[in-house]
Amino acid sequence: MNIGIVVFPGSNCDRDCGYVLSKVLGQTAQFIWHQERSVKGMDAIILPGGFSYGDYLRTGAIARFSPIMDAIVEFAGRGGMVLGICNGFQMLLELGILPGAMLRNRDLSFICEEHYIRVENVNTPFTNHCEPGQILKLPIAHAEGNYYTNPVTLSSLQANAQIVFRYCDREGNVTSQANPNGSLDNIAGIRNAAGNVLGLMPHPERGAERLLNNEDGIYIFRSMISALEAHKLLQPV
Amino acid sequence: MKAKIYITLKNGILDPQGRAIQQSLQALGFDSVGEVRIGKFIEVDLCETDATSGETTIKAMCEKLLANTVIEEYEYEILET
Amino acid sequence: MTQESKVLPQGPPTSKVIEQHGLSEDEYQQILKHLGREPNLTELGIFSVMWSEHCSYKSSRIHLKRFPTEGERVVQGPGENAGAVDIGEGLAAVFKMESHNHPSYIEPFQGAATGVGGILRDIFTMGARPIALLNSLRFGELDLPKSRHILKGVVSGISSYGNCMGVPTVGGEITFNDIYSKNPLVNVFCLGIVKKDRLLRGLAKGTGNQVLYIGAKTGRDGIHGATMASDSFDDASDKKRPNVQVGDPFLEKLLLEACLEFLEQDLLVGIQDMGAAGLTSSSCEMASRAGTGVDLDLAKVPRRESHMTPYEILLSESQERMLLVAQPGKEESVLAICRKWGIDAAVVGQVTDDGFLRIREGNQIVAEIPAHALAEEGPRYERPAAPPSYQEFLQSLNIDMLPDVKNPADVLLKLLASPTIASKRWVFRQYDHMVGTNTVVCPGSDSAVVRIKGTTKALAMTTDGNSRYCLLNPYLGGGLAVAEAARNLVCAGAQPIGVTDCLNFGNPERPDIMWQFIMAVEGIADACRAFQIPVVSGNVSFYNETNGLSIYPTPILGMVGLIERPEDITTQWFKQAGDHICLLGETKEDLGGTEYLKVIHSREQGNPPWLDVDREKALYTCMLTLIQKGLIQSAHDCSEGGLLVTLAECCLTNPSELFGATVILNQDRLRLDALLFGESPSRVVVSVKSEHVKQVKELVQELGVPSTELGQVTQGNMDITVRGAHDLPVSQLSLSLSEMSDQWHHALARQLEAEAS
Repeated sequence: MNIGIVVFPGSNCDRDCGYVLSKVLGQTAQFIWHQERSVKGMDAIILPGGFSYGDYLRTGAIARFSPIMDAIVEFAGRGGMVLGICNGFQMLLELGILPGAMLRNRDLSFICEEHYIRVENVNTPFTNHCEPGQILKLPIAHAEGNYYTNPVTLSSLQANAQIVFRYCDREGNVTSQANPNGSLDNIAGIRNAAGNVLGLMPHPERGAERLLNNEDGIYIFRSMISALEAHKLLQPV
Repeated sequence: MKAKIYITLKNGILDPQGRAIQQSLQALGFDSVGEVRIGKFIEVDLCETDATSGETTIKAMCEKLLANTVIEEYEYEILET
Repeated sequence: MTQESKVLPQGPPTSKVIEQHGLSEDEYQQILKHLGREPNLTELGIFSVMWSEHCSYKSSRIHLKRFPTEGERVVQGPGENAGAVDIGEGLAAVFKMESHNHPSYIEPFQGAATGVGGILRDIFTMGARPIALLNSLRFGELDLPKSRHILKGVVSGISSYGNCMGVPTVGGEITFNDIYSKNPLVNVFCLGIVKKDRLLRGLAKGTGNQVLYIGAKTGRDGIHGATMASDSFDDASDKKRPNVQVGDPFLEKLLLEACLEFLEQDLLVGIQDMGAAGLTSSSCEMASRAGTGVDLDLAKVPRRESHMTPYEILLSESQERMLLVAQPGKEESVLAICRKWGIDAAVVGQVTDDGFLRIREGNQIVAEIPAHALAEEGPRYERPAAPPSYQEFLQSLNIDMLPDVKNPADVLLKLLASPTIASKRWVFRQYDHMVGTNTVVCPGSDSAVVRIKGTTKALAMTTDGNSRYCLLNPYLGGGLAVAEAARNLVCAGAQPIGVTDCLNFGNPERPDIMWQFIMAVEGIADACRAFQIPVVSGNVSFYNETNGLSIYPTPILGMVGLIERPEDITTQWFKQAGDHICLLGETKEDLGGTEYLKVIHSREQGNPPWLDVDREKALYTCMLTLIQKGLIQSAHDCSEGGLLVTLAECCLTNPSELFGATVILNQDRLRLDALLFGESPSRVVVSVKSEHVKQVKELVQELGVPSTELGQVTQGNMDITVRGAHDLPVSQLSLSLSEMSDQWHHALARQLEAEAS
């Protein structure tokens, strides 16, 4: 598959995503400079983590106006698969493709450590390789991952199974103690209503190799690849 | 002209920085301290002379970029220079 | 070249102005000799910073020559932006450590952040992509609110800059002592990887080549201390100059990517960071190294503030700026890359062949100085040195006057909760230590380990230094620091291949401080020579004193080791119940200068343990052999806190589960506290699968390393029995993992979050 990874000034995890896709999973990863205006030829798009524009003003707020974004909005509108990781998730929120916003972490500090998340919905192109309720252990690394939205939106996220990942403990219990950043309803990742756009704070690309003692992120990438392959089979040649 | 823009979290949204400052102030003996809200202050120089159009511009800036209206609200004042 | 135009005269400086620039009468005479005339104020300012201790190493340079700097793997030794060591497959590891102590006391957040920024630039100016940061920090004890404030500021400064740059902070160490309460130490280490044949140097080669300035605009940041009384210097200078430099990690991230693109496209002849003394030091050092001159026009320098004088532009320490020399005809490509990344860039001058640093402002020459005189011919001092009168008192310790330990369990818990020993998780969870997806061993083991993508290799890194040892015996302290660093690497399965140093000392004009410095340098040099580890870069920070009180002599070493195969990567924590625990090395009555004496008896006295380099070397060979044969499960260096703390750490640090241990120790003729908490060097605690025990014992014996079987890894408590004569139990302790873990894991957070009363 051809997976486009958008590079913004200040992106940090672009190369990490590229490494996993090409070296670990044998896909074609293509870097797309934020000044470009087309995502033609891409099967899926990743908005990677990092500190786009230094996270100045608000996380993702400036990147959201990058020239490439029109093409991505259009791509997503056509049902194209878009994965936003960490800073990429924050951009999707600023863009309004996903609802809500990020606040500073509850304890105000940057947190880098592994956390457990529970897969709440396996019927998405990002989680079809997971078992219902499966617990993944993935690293988080952010200072603004405290998800917020208004009660009406939260109910609709819950009702439409748009909450895809929630922070939990080792046994899978979703408790406030297992919530690293104060995120509403322990939300770690959500999808859009159509299901083709996912934003999550944990970093699946950091959990994709045995050498690094974590392979749980592979589930997410493999799910994407399977979904794309299935989709290709349905396309008229 | 110059615009002074103040951005704060909307009422009702937990402001962890504000709360931390409130606690520190109280710990330092400022017993009368009530709620503390923290926000951003942005100063923008504008090459415009017409107050109405200046205000329209400032409002648009706030809505589009400077504030995230999902969680933030803004106020501004416009000063003639 | 307009040879006939005269240097702008500003009248000869008064003796008061000379003094305010920190130049001695003798140094001024040397300036006259180099110039053949009186300097103007701008030139005086230039000499003043270039000949400062910070830039010229005038008090230390003679002594630093003792370091062994050569070796098979050395690609670049001291004298460049950073050192470089061959790691095979055409790659080199580029690394250096630097201090940012004073700025971190004045403004902890920005001081530490700009320290990180500076060392990162040193690495990527060599063409290397930085892949790891470590830091060595020293603070006052945490019961002082000010110490907590400094620590929090420093940690968030490091976190903010490193995280934003996308370079993981993978390790380091922190110790606490009130001697640092008014002079904290912030030493930052960075390592990057570059193709060996693509290594860039700070050279201004090729007459006629264009000199470019890229990065942040120049402001009046950090212009050196002396307040100028001169008439020509107060245009806009009434206002207090901002002495605190503010870092912009986002801009630096753009600089990093742009610089690596220059390298990829092979556009440069040379490049250097504008660090201390900014534009001045970068231009004259690049010229001096290449044996050329540089002609700069200040009118072309991008500026942030108006009405800046040449003096201010030349001495500004604004962050995130670089000076580079482009290959002929490649200037436009350099400028295009800068435009792509949104970085300011300008051609500001050219390389000449006359050896002069010549500064113009438009048509007027404002300074003209031989570059070599500035960079290399500064004063050199062999300052007087003598051991301090208090040295004897420090070393005098009659251990028999101190009661032996009565309740080892209590002492262990106290040590585990002392901030120097307690877990530093509160700190390193604020650092992104995983970005880059190379971190194999995260912070919390003896060394951090980072794999090298595209190879099967990995690098282990550690920073070490025990300043109490150095205070009590600077020669031994220096050697012990080298030994501990190397031992940490070996425990991770790595062969040490190079070291960088950061030498933090007090005022070198004091003979006692100079003595400490010389002895420590000798200790480090002798140990590095004995272990065949070359010193490839380094930094000296003098004048670490406040109100006449000097810090302890604190040389910090940043050492790098090479691991050829991923299966050799070894961590310090126990892996499974049933494994056997062995101590390699011997425990002696080494209580002088220990953490135990400080925490329990409030004494920082005695003589540190003797370092037997042959025994230490044998241990390294033994460890690497065991690891490469796949015979051991874990290896943990025995250091601060002694054997009991080491065992506790083996039990507590496995990220996925805690383990217990059942251990029997023989007292022999040792004091109990020396057995349990003494800090004899050359010791490692290993755990071994039962099927390998026999083989390990034989090998260890063959390699001439003393070893003792201590017991087994369990899933229960940590049970320790000490047996005396006739195997009678002398002491017995049983500590629950939860109790130890609570002390060790949470002590730092508890102390930091304590509210000031």
